[in-house]
Amino acid sequence: MSEDLRKLVVDGEEVEVPADLTLLQACETAGREIPRFCYHERLSIAGNCRMCLVEVVGAPKPVASCAQQVRDLRPGPNGEPPKVNTATPLVDKAREGVMEFLLINHPLDCPICDQGGECDLQDQALAYGRSFTRYEENKRAVEEKYMGPLIKTIMTRCIQCTRCVRFAAEVAGVEEFGMLNRGEDAEITTYLEKAATSELSGNVIDLCPVGALTSKPYAFEARPWELRKTESVDVMDAMGCAIRVDARGTEVMRILPRIYEEVNEEWISDKTRFVWDGLRRQRLDKPYVRKDGRLTPVDWTEALDVAAQKLAGNPEGIGAIVGDLADAEGMKALKDLMDGLGVKSIDCRQDGMILGEGPRQSWLFNSTFMGVEDADHLLLIGANPRYEASVLNARIRKAWLHNDLKVSVIGEPVDLTYDYDHLGETAADLDKALSGDLAKAFKEGGRGMIVLGAGALNRPDSAAILNRVAQFAKDAGLNQSGDDAWNGFNVLHTAASRVGGLDLGLVPGEGGRNVAGMLEAARAGEIETVLLHGADELRDNDFGDAFVIYVGSHGDEGAHKADVILPSAAYTEKSGTWVNAEGRVQTGARAVYPKGDAKEDWAIYRALSDRLSRTLPYDTLGQLRAKLIEDHPSFGGIDYAPGAADLDKLDFDALGEKGDLSAEPFRSAVTDFYMTNPIARASRVMAECSAVKDEAPRMEAAE
Amino acid sequence: MSTRRLAQEQPESFVFSDTSTKDVEFWLNKFPEARKQSAVIPLLWLAQEQEGWVTLAAMESIAERLDMPKIRVMEVATFYTMFNLAPVGEHHIQICGTTPCMLRGANDLKAVCESRIGKKGATSEDGRFTWSEVECLGACCNAPMAQISNKDGHHYFEDLTAETLEALLDKLGAGGAVKAGPQNGRQTSAPEGGPETLKDESLFDGSRGKKLKSIPNAPQSSPEPSPEKKGHPKETTRDSQEKARTDSQQTPDPETKEDKKAVKAKDADGKKGGGDA
Repeated sequence: MSEDLRKLVVDGEEVEVPADLTLLQACETAGREIPRFCYHERLSIAGNCRMCLVEVVGAPKPVASCAQQVRDLRPGPNGEPPKVNTATPLVDKAREGVMEFLLINHPLDCPICDQGGECDLQDQALAYGRSFTRYEENKRAVEEKYMGPLIKTIMTRCIQCTRCVRFAAEVAGVEEFGMLNRGEDAEITTYLEKAATSELSGNVIDLCPVGALTSKPYAFEARPWELRKTESVDVMDAMGCAIRVDARGTEVMRILPRIYEEVNEEWISDKTRFVWDGLRRQRLDKPYVRKDGRLTPVDWTEALDVAAQKLAGNPEGIGAIVGDLADAEGMKALKDLMDGLGVKSIDCRQDGMILGEGPRQSWLFNSTFMGVEDADHLLLIGANPRYEASVLNARIRKAWLHNDLKVSVIGEPVDLTYDYDHLGETAADLDKALSGDLAKAFKEGGRGMIVLGAGALNRPDSAAILNRVAQFAKDAGLNQSGDDAWNGFNVLHTAASRVGGLDLGLVPGEGGRNVAGMLEAARAGEIETVLLHGADELRDNDFGDAFVIYVGSHGDEGAHKADVILPSAAYTEKSGTWVNAEGRVQTGARAVYPKGDAKEDWAIYRALSDRLSRTLPYDTLGQLRAKLIEDHPSFGGIDYAPGAADLDKLDFDALGEKGDLSAEPFRSAVTDFYMTNPIARASRVMAECSAVKDEAPRMEAAE
Repeated sequence: MSTRRLAQEQPESFVFSDTSTKDVEFWLNKFPEARKQSAVIPLLWLAQEQEGWVTLAAMESIAERLDMPKIRVMEVATFYTMFNLAPVGEHHIQICGTTPCMLRGANDLKAVCESRIGKKGATSEDGRFTWSEVECLGACCNAPMAQISNKDGHHYFEDLTAETLEALLDKLGAGGAVKAGPQNGRQTSAPEGGPETLKDESLFDGSRGKKLKSIPNAPQSSPEPSPEKKGHPKETTRDSQEKARTDSQQTPDPETKEDKKAVKAKDADGKKGGGDA
């Protein structure tokens, strides 16, 4: 589509903009700021707050700039470009009038409002409003609404912008927010005041321009100007959403999204947003050693000595398992330590995923998250993106809504918030599903994407599934090279550390054992020492008589089994590198210091290596990162996702191996969205969410 | 108006009766399948006609039927105040309280309802009456008025006074028949006590009529054009008059102006004739 450019004069300055921009966007292009409440870039246009009024020369009245397009403006009598003014007395008066109306029913409770300091209404009232009120009548009052354990409502503050209603209907795909009644009585509510069921519901808190919807766990905790803001990366899933960690003193007070168009646009899931109270509970803040069957607090020297003594044993009898939240620096130090000791049994796939050999492209989300919007067909196999990568699911929904993306699913028939063809539930259905019309559609229908979920890659028949899918990808011509390069083979991980771990080669070496093998060997007595690097989600937790060293931040499954606990920092407490499912290397900065005596993971391994006389060749994080990039160049490309680059390295014939497909149904790797990792399990808010989710729908009508 | 809420007690289920089902089909047939949500207001209305009010179960069943989210149906049902969200009595008395009715004594009617039935929106103890205040029902010429909805339908009772409303309620309470329309003997919205103008018999017996020499606005292609038309064939029809007017705006033409004057004089004559009556 060739772009239809139009000339426009904004405050005397001529700009040329696409005809389908709104006046508001055009004015922004010209560098003007237009106040707004209801308008939001990622939502449909409502045009009901009237704050964005501008003057269109020749129009009888001020115009709502968010709702009028540039192409709707008529040129002057002699073909002059249309003129728009944003700073004339007419506009000032119009804004002042709108603001006065908005404030008629808005309480003056800024001093006790959590939005204070970051409130659009507060800021804009200051900038565009009157300095006093002329309104002497009673203000209206609206009853509070229950919206679940995450969203606190003070509905009297609502200015009916309907951003939350549009977000729920359009982005989250869960139509449960609505505006009831009319006129002065209009009020926002969830259906029958049930808890919002969307896993993205927390975003309405950011969207709300006033203090009507605020964060319930964060209520009255802090003021925005007291908080230290640190840009970081989320580790709740493998998307690596861009977050901002707001901390005060030693505590993380809240987590907000950052805008990162390629990854999370500006949304984050509820788990990402509200997990922060889990960072305060169940923390391991001192080293422990098990003495007479009981874990006893000790100092670092003793704990390290005990651990080192065990690790000094026969390398054949040592195994290391890496958990889901680990950063690349910690994993690199662990890997170097284990290599130094000659330990071959090391694995970062605690769920038993089969990928890890071959080129990097075989375990990446090669089409990239942004690529979903360019795809024409999407096949999900054993994946439930709604809970495995919630923000990606919102993007799939967006593509389904606006780009006619066709989605097919082989796996659990769950509500993904968009329609899809359900082609079967079990691996045995693969053959039929992949041979039918689907193959034809993929071949003819432009760009296709196959997404293999973690749930399809940790089964006994995973190799056969992988083989079958790879063959299909090859037959359907999924990958296209050339200028329009496209790699349609995708793996959707659920663990933030997984891609980084696989990139670092944290898989069993020659003669080494994988996770299942290590556990079996531990029970058989062949493995005497197991090092758990934050590994808390092992399917099978019986280590037999093996000595367990746990390096991690939370007292969860792994710590319960441990004989030595070496406390380490959680993701907000260290500067770390994570690689998301796309292979995008991202760094997060430290927001607060580790709890108590806890140390960063790499420093723990550095200290252990010293005691084992195999000193790691780095003393600072900087040196470690230099070594990391030297050994694994892919870590040098910060914020870079390879996408279809190095497309030819991916050989579909080499993926998986032929075998029988079982009739076992696919299961998503995420069974309880709110309980997937030790931090979430320590969080009270997440526990409450998990409980509300299972609760039978409350049939309580509004009074 | 206070905020409308759903009733606390709601029936378990809702099904359209056989007669309603026919109407439901009628409305659904009016819209293409992909746009069937357009039928939400008619369907809610049918549910209210059937049950007397819109139950939560009805909203949910309609949402399912129209394949739309429940909250969207609830938004519609709560937006339109003619949908009753709670049960109403056998007779639902809707007093118009908008300015013309208020000026003509709607407040007296409200006082009657308040004393006989209870607070605004209340249902009488015997369950026979509910009264509510509504906005303008478009019968201002017969103010003050009320609409009474019951099993007979929705009827306007106009030109009410406190006394006539009392009488009306007495009759309805006793189960008697009532006559809809003006309650003061007036014929529809004609002047009270019979007509006051247009009484001259000659207006209606045809005696005042003059024979037409030519039929106004007759097509120009008539075989024998009138003598007037011969001189200025264009000027006699309305189209040409208008054209002349627009022409004259651009280039003043003394001739057309004169003609217009003549036409005006003619018009004035006509008016005089009418005004005599």
